[in-house]
Amino acid sequence: MSLLLKVSDLWKQYNGSPVLQGASFSFDGNGIYVLMGDNGTGKSTLFRICALLEQYDRGQVNYISNGQLLPHDIELRRKITLVLPKIGVFNTTVFNNVAYGLKIRGLEKKEISDRVASAIDFVGLKHKKNQAALSLSSGETQRLGIARALVINPQMLFLDEPAAFVDVKNREIIEEIILRLKKERKSTVILTTHDIRQADRLADRLLILVQGRITTP
Amino acid sequence: MTSIIQGFTQAFWLILHLDAELLAIILLSVKVSGTALVAATILGLPLSALLGFKRFPLKGLMLSMLNTFMGLPPVVVGLLVYLLLSRSGPLGFMALLYTPTAMIIAQSILAFPIVTSLGHSAIIAVDPIIKQASMTLGASPLQVSWTIIREARYGIMSAIIAGFGRVMAEVGAILIVGGNIAGFTRVMTTTIALETDKGNFELALALGTILLGISLLINLALHFAQKRGMAQTRS
Repeated sequence: MSLLLKVSDLWKQYNGSPVLQGASFSFDGNGIYVLMGDNGTGKSTLFRICALLEQYDRGQVNYISNGQLLPHDIELRRKITLVLPKIGVFNTTVFNNVAYGLKIRGLEKKEISDRVASAIDFVGLKHKKNQAALSLSSGETQRLGIARALVINPQMLFLDEPAAFVDVKNREIIEEIILRLKKERKSTVILTTHDIRQADRLADRLLILVQGRITTP
Repeated sequence: MTSIIQGFTQAFWLILHLDAELLAIILLSVKVSGTALVAATILGLPLSALLGFKRFPLKGLMLSMLNTFMGLPPVVVGLLVYLLLSRSGPLGFMALLYTPTAMIIAQSILAFPIVTSLGHSAIIAVDPIIKQASMTLGASPLQVSWTIIREARYGIMSAIIAGFGRVMAEVGAILIVGGNIAGFTRVMTTTIALETDKGNFELALALGTILLGISLLINLALHFAQKRGMAQTRS
């Protein structure tokens, strides 16, 4: 059962400065969507709105499943996930960080343990399972953020600049993870990047945010 | 100098030959201060969370008042509790004056602003990104709040330790509301005050040493618990 996102004529301003000015687009299937745009064009704002973390001034953000419009409630929030550029590491172990999303959903210990092990393995952090999450490198931290999100099997995964603060090696690892997410888990991944070559390597569909509106090249 | 040395010698002797009366005084001290701290924590931490998470009118005034009350003079608290619990006071019918319960009430009032204010500081010091991270992972508002409190746990523990220091060393308020009745409301600090008045400096110093030792032990236990937790999450 796939989840569709349809954004229409979205407007948002901060202190009188417009950021989004009628952005419209839709994500309608599995694959990798890459959103590009200059700094300050509203990519993160758009993601935060799509992840239901932020209100918008005007327009529509509709999530549709089986032809039904879904209400913007916690049930919907649990179907989608956003990994922020600074992921917000919980002051505990790698395992507990990844288990967080499952624990708050009230899953059983055995299932949590199995799914966390699989997610940690997927992002290559298996050997760091019991290590303090705050002691990870920036590249590992970013992978932790992805593991924390994918463990809950989101129907739509937003990655806001997932490789912005990492070295070349970790960037390659993260790109590999994103491609595997699409191939092995059939996930819908929407990510932002400034790197046109990275966009070229990953994107099934490229979107560009210019002056608060979305265009396709 | 001689009396100080004698005091320490006697303290050592008292610790070695702990008699029943002294043991009762020590146990009552720990019971009164411990109960007061638990009460202040149970009442203070939810208020810390409320002040940390919610916006409401007069919040700033409440915080300013709490910060002011952190330095409440114990004798003033003792006097107010005395007036409340005295026979002609509004709560006089409860007959609590000169009981350990009255002492617990007074000490709770003294510890409450410390635990609440420092607990609030610990909660608002948590990086706002933690709130967003827990929301992106599907946490409900209550789960988000609990996550932030968990992140603030070491700061909250420090707030409780500070509250403990306040109640354990307190003498003015419990002297007024407890009456320092031998075998009933006499605790270590009030005994020290009494023995000093009587010129019995050796016993006062001995009790002071024991009090310091107990405080040190409890603080060390809390400190190691805190350090162990931090080491587990940072190693």
